[in-house]
Amino acid sequence: MQLTVGPNQFFWKADAWSDFYDQMATAPVERVVLGELVCSKRLPFYQDRIPGAIETLLEAGKEVAVTSLALVTLKRERKLTAELADAGVEVEVNDLTTLAYLPKDAPFSVGPLVNVYNEGTLAWLADRGATRICLPPELPLASVTALAAEGAARGVAIEVWGHGRLPLAISGRCYHARLHKRTKDNCQFACEDDPDGLSVRTLEDQPFLAMNGVQTLSDSCASMANQLEVLEKAGVTALRLSPQTGDFARVCQAWRDRIDGTLDAAALSAELETLSGGMRLSDGFLTGARGADWSRAKEGEPA
Amino acid sequence: MVMEIVCPAGTPASLRAAVKAGAHTVYCGFADETNARNFPGLNFDRDEMREGVKFAHDHGAKVLVAINTYPRAGAEAIWHRAVADAEKCGVDAVILADLGLLAYAAKHHPGLRRHLSVQAAAANADMLNFYASEFGVKRVVLPRVLSVPEIAAINAETEVETEVFVFGGLCVMAEGRCSLSSYATGLSPNMNGVCSPASHVEYHDDHGALSAKLGGFTIHKVGADEPAPYPTLCKGCFSAGDATGHLFEDPVSLNAEKLIPQLAKAGVTALKIEGRQRSRSYVAQVVRNFRAAVEAQAAGRPMPEGMLAQLTEGQAATAGAYKKTWR
Repeated sequence: MQLTVGPNQFFWKADAWSDFYDQMATAPVERVVLGELVCSKRLPFYQDRIPGAIETLLEAGKEVAVTSLALVTLKRERKLTAELADAGVEVEVNDLTTLAYLPKDAPFSVGPLVNVYNEGTLAWLADRGATRICLPPELPLASVTALAAEGAARGVAIEVWGHGRLPLAISGRCYHARLHKRTKDNCQFACEDDPDGLSVRTLEDQPFLAMNGVQTLSDSCASMANQLEVLEKAGVTALRLSPQTGDFARVCQAWRDRIDGTLDAAALSAELETLSGGMRLSDGFLTGARGADWSRAKEGEPA
Repeated sequence: MVMEIVCPAGTPASLRAAVKAGAHTVYCGFADETNARNFPGLNFDRDEMREGVKFAHDHGAKVLVAINTYPRAGAEAIWHRAVADAEKCGVDAVILADLGLLAYAAKHHPGLRRHLSVQAAAANADMLNFYASEFGVKRVVLPRVLSVPEIAAINAETEVETEVFVFGGLCVMAEGRCSLSSYATGLSPNMNGVCSPASHVEYHDDHGALSAKLGGFTIHKVGADEPAPYPTLCKGCFSAGDATGHLFEDPVSLNAEKLIPQLAKAGVTALKIEGRQRSRSYVAQVVRNFRAAVEAQAAGRPMPEGMLAQLTEGQAATAGAYKKTWR
């Protein structure tokens, strides 16, 4: 099982952003996807750091890809999308607009925000040049198993969301701006104050979701800690670790240890809870009754 | 030219009511997981579809069939059969969202007109042209993330017809790209054709206040005398930071009747009304009003005023993303 570090979903200061990718150069992962996924307004703050980070990661022997935006609407965003292919590394398509700009013969990968729910869609993307697909997080195990088999038959590597707050929705509206009674065009970058997203609680103070500008995430940190063997058996070839603040290199190491067999599922879960500062874990999309569920919930805790 | 009014029909009776009330076009779905309004008691079996199409055609109206969920891995045949049966029933077009299903329909049913569902959230001209060139899509239902000037800009760059929502329920997230519902309940629009399903709603009397839960998560609480909106997840009341309220969207519905002249000028071909779950009397009234409005627009007469206020069910209405400040 390989490990991929997915694109950072949050708005980090440029120095923190650069430090993170310096750390990833020595982290025990095979592949790193970087670039702006959520909001094009954030990009000018760190865009000039991207070529250097790509170079550092390539020199360290990592596979590197750049992500497209998750939702492309503005002319400026279409131009950014058109320029992705010039980065000199593989492009991860997270909005199908990207396909309109990729050369027909260029191999590409597909990110979790593209709707790949079935064999027909996988086959169409494979014919178009997809070599790797990170499946949408909401898929149940039966779908993952069917798609991993189809991927194997077509030479497409199948990746699954392994760790991190789940990307649940993307909108034209910026919720951080709305929270601060601003419009999106005058957001004043309110999301910068929440580098892991802002927790959204129910009226009974139950942690539920997290807002991140135009994106809505789960409050829980999805974790395939208990599902590794099941996913290996299904033919999944990589797990995606989605960046959060804190010691992410240690998060990567813990996952590597789990894959290598030196850390078991319970120990990994405990380690992840500690490293994330007490985030609740979930894996319900894969095997539970609902996405928020956790397969190892103790009695009396929310499932 | 008169803009086309595209009306929902959850049942054969609604279809007939919509056609009689002046709908140019009616859209509906089969009674299974292949469509995004997979609610108990709604939708059409094959015979009803055939009869509905005949009724509409006899009255000069068209029928579109939404097959707009994302086919389940290992079960694509159910969706393939729906496309084949729609063609056999003589429908005027199918409304699809999934890449694989579009490819299948283009290959096996090339004579069946294809529209792109809002569930595919094609939000720029490149996307519209992509679906047209790859799958021969003739019309795209635009996602509710675009302002009117953006819609005009899209139409300036494409030959593909555009259809926009003007009335009814309002998704605040990009359609087809939201799994909030399955996070809370296990059931989603993409996979199951439902959002915030009633099967997972519970109401509790909480010291005189009524609290509504979805999948165990409290979505809102209202006092005994207040109206209790349906607990749709994204329109719930939550807390973040120091704020408590409707953080994503208020419990509003879309009403863009006032924007009809601007949408016409923006080059929009068709106006879509949401609500296959609505009663036939509701559908008939909305259709009559919108038909009158587009006729007035085409004839250069002023728009009828406030024609639909009573149908928003006491809820506030919004023009949504069509006004840029909504974002």
